[in-house]
Amino acid sequence: MELLNLGIKAIFVENMIFAYFLGMCSFLAVSKKVSTAFGLGFAVIFVLGITVPIDWILQEYILQEGALTWISPQFADLNLEFLSFIMFIAIIASMVQLVEMVIEKFSPALYGSLGIFLPLIAVNCAILGSSLFMVQRDYTLAEATVFGIGSGIGWLLAIVALAAIREKLKYSNVPGGLKGLGITMLITGLMGIAFKSFIGIAL
Amino acid sequence: MSTETIEQPIVKEKSSEALLSKRRKRLVTDPLNEDNPISVQVLGICSALAVTVKMEPTLIMSISVVFVIVFANLIISVMRNLIPTRVRIIVQLAVIATLVTLVSEVLKAFNYEMYKVLGAFVGLIITNCIVMGRLEAFAMGNKPYDSLLDGFGSGFGYAWIILAVAFFRELFGSGSIFDFKVFEAIGLNIQNNGLMVDSIGAFMILGLIIWVQRTKTGYVEH
Repeated sequence: MELLNLGIKAIFVENMIFAYFLGMCSFLAVSKKVSTAFGLGFAVIFVLGITVPIDWILQEYILQEGALTWISPQFADLNLEFLSFIMFIAIIASMVQLVEMVIEKFSPALYGSLGIFLPLIAVNCAILGSSLFMVQRDYTLAEATVFGIGSGIGWLLAIVALAAIREKLKYSNVPGGLKGLGITMLITGLMGIAFKSFIGIAL
Repeated sequence: MSTETIEQPIVKEKSSEALLSKRRKRLVTDPLNEDNPISVQVLGICSALAVTVKMEPTLIMSISVVFVIVFANLIISVMRNLIPTRVRIIVQLAVIATLVTLVSEVLKAFNYEMYKVLGAFVGLIITNCIVMGRLEAFAMGNKPYDSLLDGFGSGFGYAWIILAVAFFRELFGSGSIFDFKVFEAIGLNIQNNGLMVDSIGAFMILGLIIWVQRTKTGYVEH
């Protein structure tokens, strides 16, 4: 029940995009077509679902203060936390490489349409952000996994919804300076208001 | 070894090109307005919005980003001929992550309050697309001194936009600027707007700033 609650919270209430602005770059750049948005969304769920638990294990057994005592008790006051940025980003970069190879093999069409944005998942703030939040909030392994997947689903929902709106937007008459990024930001704001209505939901 | 490699090209170029020639000035001034990383190139929006509730954390964040982008540009540019193309992303990320770790440790040591406020967002400078984008697009193919200038340009272009967003959000959301209660000081009784403190305010303000800025520069997206 606790876990379900955390999942709901990660998907709706603390949505990566609307509450923390994470992953905005690809959110804005790849949200022109629903099908591409779906593909990227699933890739993000997959990468998040893998990297957050791995980063948790890394944090718990290698980086944290005194985490290395399982090797030898003399490491009890060793604190490697300053290495966490580099370690996390290395894990993420290699996972993204893996996903890229899998997608290229099984769905060349999706691979073609995602193009440059696939490697850019590595620098998608939502991925690194989730890992950093996981450390900040002291989650357990199960919680970290649920949180990772939940954040991914929330991100997918947001990008697919925005892509659907932008597909319709092509037929409307937007003032010149507001075209593209400007109107997209305003729409995101309005969508954020809608997502705010989930505040306070708890199972 | 490193100082030698940094200085050499500068000395060489002095003879052929002025230290602040017209082309070089454009490297700094273009990203401020016409080629702004946030409002025109759509990069680095992630962290741009998260820290802009108040002016002070925003200022710290801007300084950190300028520092990281300038030095990352410089380092990558110095090493550009040594990096194999296949592993360049990892090398770039490693350089950025090292610089960001430096920033985060300095912040933790000298301004712990701000470190707690900014929290995970200092770490997220690593994934700030502006830094990556400039390394990929500029530092990999240009000389160190030019890259340095380009870093300053992009950094400041980013800084003024997020400072502008933070200005409006703090003014209308908390009624203050740098924690100085403006509205109270001049005797106006204006209700604080909760929407501005919320993430939604940031989206709206940035949307409007982009609108005004693009109308002025005449840039239209197709």
